[in-house]
Amino acid sequence: MSNNHEHRRPLRPSTFASAVTDWFDERIGVRTLIDMARKKQVPIHRHSIWYYLGGVTLFLFIIQVITGILLLFYYRPGADTAFESIRFIMTKVQFGWLVRSIHTWAANLMILAAVMHMFSVFLTKAYRKPRELTWITGVLLLALALALGFSGYLLPWNELAYFATKVGTEITGAVPFVGKHMLELLRGGPQVNDATLSRFFGFHVALFPALFTVLLGIHLLLVQKQGMSTPLNIEKKKEVKSIPFFPNFLLRDLLLWLIVLNILAILAVFFPSELGEKADPFAPAPAGIVPEWYFLFMFQILKMLPPKILFVDGDVFGVLLFGLAGLFWLLIPFLDRSSQKGLQSRNFTYIGIAAIIVVLFFTILGWVS
Amino acid sequence: MTEQQVSPTKRSTLIKLLWGGVAAFVAAICYPIFAYLRPPAVSGEKVSSVLVGAVDDFDPGSGVHFRFGNEPGLLVRLDDGSFKAFSATCTHLDCTVQYREDMGLIWCACHNGKFDLRGRNIAGPPPRPLDEFQVLIQGGEVHVKQS
Repeated sequence: MSNNHEHRRPLRPSTFASAVTDWFDERIGVRTLIDMARKKQVPIHRHSIWYYLGGVTLFLFIIQVITGILLLFYYRPGADTAFESIRFIMTKVQFGWLVRSIHTWAANLMILAAVMHMFSVFLTKAYRKPRELTWITGVLLLALALALGFSGYLLPWNELAYFATKVGTEITGAVPFVGKHMLELLRGGPQVNDATLSRFFGFHVALFPALFTVLLGIHLLLVQKQGMSTPLNIEKKKEVKSIPFFPNFLLRDLLLWLIVLNILAILAVFFPSELGEKADPFAPAPAGIVPEWYFLFMFQILKMLPPKILFVDGDVFGVLLFGLAGLFWLLIPFLDRSSQKGLQSRNFTYIGIAAIIVVLFFTILGWVS
Repeated sequence: MTEQQVSPTKRSTLIKLLWGGVAAFVAAICYPIFAYLRPPAVSGEKVSSVLVGAVDDFDPGSGVHFRFGNEPGLLVRLDDGSFKAFSATCTHLDCTVQYREDMGLIWCACHNGKFDLRGRNIAGPPPRPLDEFQVLIQGGEVHVKQS
């Protein structure tokens, strides 16, 4: 009798949650993961603020996926339909303008957060052993985020997007030996047209997000496995304060996500993304044409290079320069021997600061000129 | 039961064969994918000559874009009344150039490349002159022909 009475008693939430956890624990050992999260500690020091940027980037990626899926319900790729379908989304679909605006702004903020995250990792030397693979996956993720930005830029098929794609794909054509093939593979033919739009649509909604998700999974797994890196000068101190990852750090992370969501909403509502004029392959490039801000420094450098440098075309020289700089950046953990040994590597700090100055200088120059 | 001994040479050959098989397998998968991604040669609009308009349609010191097959072209009427026609594709990074009456030259908005009215690259990053077309005046009409 007493058993029956107990059985009829409504299950309290904590008991219910515990029962659900037990159910999963018996099948996939979920309590081990919870215990791991509880045991995980996050160091607290004067550079701890930088730990939050990776989470912000992740949050913005999640927003990109959600708004991207929503846009897919109405977007129609094709030179005759793409521009019109975006106009339809922005003018006829309820909250369509907002969804598109959030998608555009979140893309920009995601790249900004990823760039800041990368430089903070660089300057705190968090790439040193054993986190070399975390750095490499991170740099590749940023490259993919830029590729997502570039491929998504063409999809509205407006004149800015058209010429940005012409220039951007032509740059790959300048790569020695394989450039022409790469150009053809990207464009789906010799010119930027309907075929290019179809390919970029495939890259943007399928190939790049799939690669991004796989790399992101590896990146997050490595971060969880290795924990947060402590900067060299703080690591040497006898005692470093720390807080539990779950729930303390996670709650702080969520609070910041909420702030970012508010900033995103303000930007999307008060500065909605525009559509511009439909692309016309036979019209001249409009005056004042500039790419997205994250490509502006490369655009400006290419603009300033002379036609010929040491018997090589200026654009070919520029492409080689960017390629080598990218490779150098990717291999930083293996080139910085001092930090591997636990020593302060001031030279690499100067390299990082120089890189920030170069990027900022040419971005501002590109913006004002 | 005794374990069958395999001679090192035989083992090495088998390993080579195995890796060869793996390489052939990967190639058999990758080749069709790359071949599929390579766009087929489409018999595009082959054009050798186009009619741009009547001579009187163009004022001296003006420029107009026209379609030459799948590519943009630029027809310029010089101050002396003569015509020049070029491919409007910038030789730097593929943007479409325009005639600037205020500058008296051909200009590319993308990277500030400049060409004179003979199509020669005179400033900015373009490494080569614009490709020039032949202009024919027939019966008061301007025809542009591949040089």
